[in-house]
Amino acid sequence: MALRRDWVYENNGGTCVAIAGTDYCVIAADTRLSVGYSIYTRDYSKICKLADKCVMASSGFQGDLKALQKNLAARHLMYQHQHNKQMRCPAMAQLLSNTLYYKRFFPYYTFNILGGLDSDGKGCVYTYDAVGSYERVGYSAQGTGAGLIIPVLDNQLKSPSPLLLPAKDAVTPLSETEAVDLVKDVFASATERDIYTGDKVEIVIVNASGIRQELMELRKD
Amino acid sequence: MFRNQYDTDVTTWSPAGRLFQVEYAMEAVKQGAAAVGLRSTSHVVLATVNKAASDLSSHQRKVFKIDDHIGVAIAGLTADGRVLSRYLRNECINHSFVYESPLPVSRLVVHLADKAQVCTQRSWKRPYGVGLLVAGLDETGAHLYYNCPSGNYFEYQAFAIGSRSQAAKTFMERRFDAFNSYSRDELIKDALFAIKETLQGEKLTSSICTVAVVGIGEPFHMLDQKIIQEVIDSIEIKEDDAAAADQAPIQDEDKSSEAAPMDI
Repeated sequence: MALRRDWVYENNGGTCVAIAGTDYCVIAADTRLSVGYSIYTRDYSKICKLADKCVMASSGFQGDLKALQKNLAARHLMYQHQHNKQMRCPAMAQLLSNTLYYKRFFPYYTFNILGGLDSDGKGCVYTYDAVGSYERVGYSAQGTGAGLIIPVLDNQLKSPSPLLLPAKDAVTPLSETEAVDLVKDVFASATERDIYTGDKVEIVIVNASGIRQELMELRKD
Repeated sequence: MFRNQYDTDVTTWSPAGRLFQVEYAMEAVKQGAAAVGLRSTSHVVLATVNKAASDLSSHQRKVFKIDDHIGVAIAGLTADGRVLSRYLRNECINHSFVYESPLPVSRLVVHLADKAQVCTQRSWKRPYGVGLLVAGLDETGAHLYYNCPSGNYFEYQAFAIGSRSQAAKTFMERRFDAFNSYSRDELIKDALFAIKETLQGEKLTSSICTVAVVGIGEPFHMLDQKIIQEVIDSIEIKEDDAAAADQAPIQDEDKSSEAAPMDI
């Protein structure tokens, strides 16, 4: 059997979720970093605060994620120097897409979700593939547990279906606390069945008063 | 300086060993509006006079934040200053990206000086027509450097560049020994005083000057107009008091042991 010796990627597992509300956005990711059947660490943050009202979470290859986060942070700093203000979420979304497509032929192995508040203060979530194709949605999940989580979100969020045409704004009518509780439930369930998801879930809530963070313990097996 | 046959190219030496184009570039710095910098052990303050082209236009931006720990004030061709600021910002970002730590100020000024030197040795380039006062804080402490178009740089306790900067330099020469022990607020006050000296009679208001500070625990930022105006007002009150005191010598005789009023 031919042995491929040029495989430069690794899947570190994990799951990310984001939910957009009328005036808030919840972004969550577990903190387990694995390789194969081993756990490398139980305490690794997959979430990065890119701007005042813009947070990114990604699952996939964490080496590429680190590089991507640094790249975006440097570009954001340059933007701030030139424009004297922070980048807004829709602008950051486009920048992320361009940055990913730039490496179309040696991609960042990251499955990203960008969450925050748009220019009107409404919650927004953008979901990406590895090469930069993106879409604004009302909620999203990426990573090893995504398949277990998305059907539950479809059912519980009471948003208009994202598959409808013409596309309806899929922002959830739930309140912030309800959304956070749902995220906690959804991660607890995914942890039960997905071996790569567990340990802790880091929940970041972006709203008009700023960014706050919560940590919740998950099953460690 | 007068025109001569050796000043057309930057790549032509004069028989006396001078590069006239470089010296002319330094003249451009002397024509720009004044900028001063002062340093203590924990803080560095930059202050500039902002000239407006006319009453209808906005004031020139002469102070640029380069990174959280470094800022520059410029005098001369502000367009060149803007371009160099962009370069400095890039250098800081690149260093942070690779080393996850802030670029030491001394390294930054060397990069800048090398960039300036290149323009003094290429026939298709011209020297940058801007002098930069680089104020920064790093592991080795607070620093103030002056980078000139020739590619030279020096570290200073305090310095002034631009038009009528000699007045500010004279003011600071008398007081710089104490700067290291100055508090942040005293440094700001002296910076404004130095700027006042360069105005030579014109009224100092917060709308025509910019003041920026960087210090331990304090990232580089420009001070609010209101705060600057308050400091200016307190300077003026002290001066009025000193003038009043001169006019009432009888009352002051028994206060002779107190410190003398503003020594200007």
